[in-house]
Amino acid sequence: MTGPGGADAFPRGRTAIVAAATHGIGEAPGFSSMDLAVHASLKALAQVGLTPADVDGLFIGLPDEFLSGLALAEYLGIRPRVTDNNRTGGSAFVTHAFWAALALEARACDVALICYGSNQRSKAGKLVSGSRPSPYEAPYRPLAPISSYALAASRYRHLYGLTREQLGAVAIAAREWARLNPEAFMREPLSMEEYRAARMVSDPLNVRDCCLVTDGAAAVVMVRADRAKDLAARPAYLLGCAAAAHHLDISSMPDLTVTAAAESGPRAFAQAGVKPSEIDVVELYDAFTINTILFLEDLGFCPKGEGGRFVEGGRIAPGGDLPVNTNGGGLSCAHPGMYGLFTLVEAAQQLMGVAGARQVPGAKLALAHGNGGKLSSQVTAILGTEETL
Amino acid sequence: MDRIHPEQDYLRFLAAGRFMILRSRSSGRYVFYPRVAEPRTGATDLEWVEASGRGTVHATTVVRQRPPAADYNVALIDLAEGPRMMSRVDGIPPDAVEIGMAVRAKVIVENGKPLVVFEPETRS
Repeated sequence: MTGPGGADAFPRGRTAIVAAATHGIGEAPGFSSMDLAVHASLKALAQVGLTPADVDGLFIGLPDEFLSGLALAEYLGIRPRVTDNNRTGGSAFVTHAFWAALALEARACDVALICYGSNQRSKAGKLVSGSRPSPYEAPYRPLAPISSYALAASRYRHLYGLTREQLGAVAIAAREWARLNPEAFMREPLSMEEYRAARMVSDPLNVRDCCLVTDGAAAVVMVRADRAKDLAARPAYLLGCAAAAHHLDISSMPDLTVTAAAESGPRAFAQAGVKPSEIDVVELYDAFTINTILFLEDLGFCPKGEGGRFVEGGRIAPGGDLPVNTNGGGLSCAHPGMYGLFTLVEAAQQLMGVAGARQVPGAKLALAHGNGGKLSSQVTAILGTEETL
Repeated sequence: MDRIHPEQDYLRFLAAGRFMILRSRSSGRYVFYPRVAEPRTGATDLEWVEASGRGTVHATTVVRQRPPAADYNVALIDLAEGPRMMSRVDGIPPDAVEIGMAVRAKVIVENGKPLVVFEPETRS
């Protein structure tokens, strides 16, 4: 069944994020991933006067606990009616918002908590992944996951003439936003000269094209719209949310230059009934600089092949036409293994008007986009203030 | 239905120096990586056939290492039969590998295990 404009029957605007928090961004030694996730959850719940006992829908996926949903219920001492621990990679937490919206709408639960945490930096010093390496890729020693993104970037450059300065413009824009965010891990200025001089890791991606390795946690609380106004001054209503997946490993990606965001984006926009040109603030999962370019194209902010030119001249940096990754992104704010939930937190905070020095004035429509695996799974959420309902 | 043991069969052929891929008898389409059924159709009428070894570089990267470890190539290769696979191009510097380059497979032994790599096609 489809609704007006070819949209599916997603419950547009019928649920909302009423609280959004981060915790322990950077280094948080001495805590488990679950400790950090719970810290972020308690912060979010406290914003709206709730406690763990009020939560009856749990959505989580930790890097180091396969059965995270059960572990979280146990840790919080609650008996959730809905527990979801789906794993589509770093995109999972935005897909959690999709499932939470459906569960809330069906009254399967009343208060949904989506949370994530990782202590990977202080514990391991590198990305912690529970995924089994492909026996058909691992013998060639691709850096996981950098080389997969580098291969996509090489193909994109071959077809569209991507320059190093265009990738650099993405890294620099993220850094300039991070400089406005007191929580961001990397806040010193980044010049194009410094970008160009950075150590190459997997051509054409250098170390400044790659996301950070940090600790950190995030949490959001979702309720039905009828209750949202009682809890929060400016709820961030979920207007659309759609996911798509193609593959796991990069050798099976159908077209290295077109991500599944080209499917998730149009579906989310149709659900929300808005166009890319109406979006005030964009939060994209920038695991690597090429992501930002691919997603801007695939989500309809510019035509395919134009993304490199689109990001030039500070267009996505503070003061530019389109604010992108206003917290500093995975490149300069935080990347605790899986970053998806941070896109949702920042989008919600922008709509709530609580983003401080990096606040986009009057932001009414925000897009949060999650990516998982090796450009494998994509999920697009569109959120709006009460005026957009 | 249970004739194909994907990874086990593939590696056994490779150990004998043979680069084998799968083909569906009904559709004629080739399948790589090896699996028990053709994608989408689910057809299980798969049989092992010798790959031609001909391919084209679809994407390429150089993994940079701290000296003295050597940089190395990682590439995606479009096989003449259709499927794409990860591999690398040997015989030229890792940063001389170019998209569109014609390459040919060879089976080598690396770290005690058989492996398919590619070399630039020699023009004759």
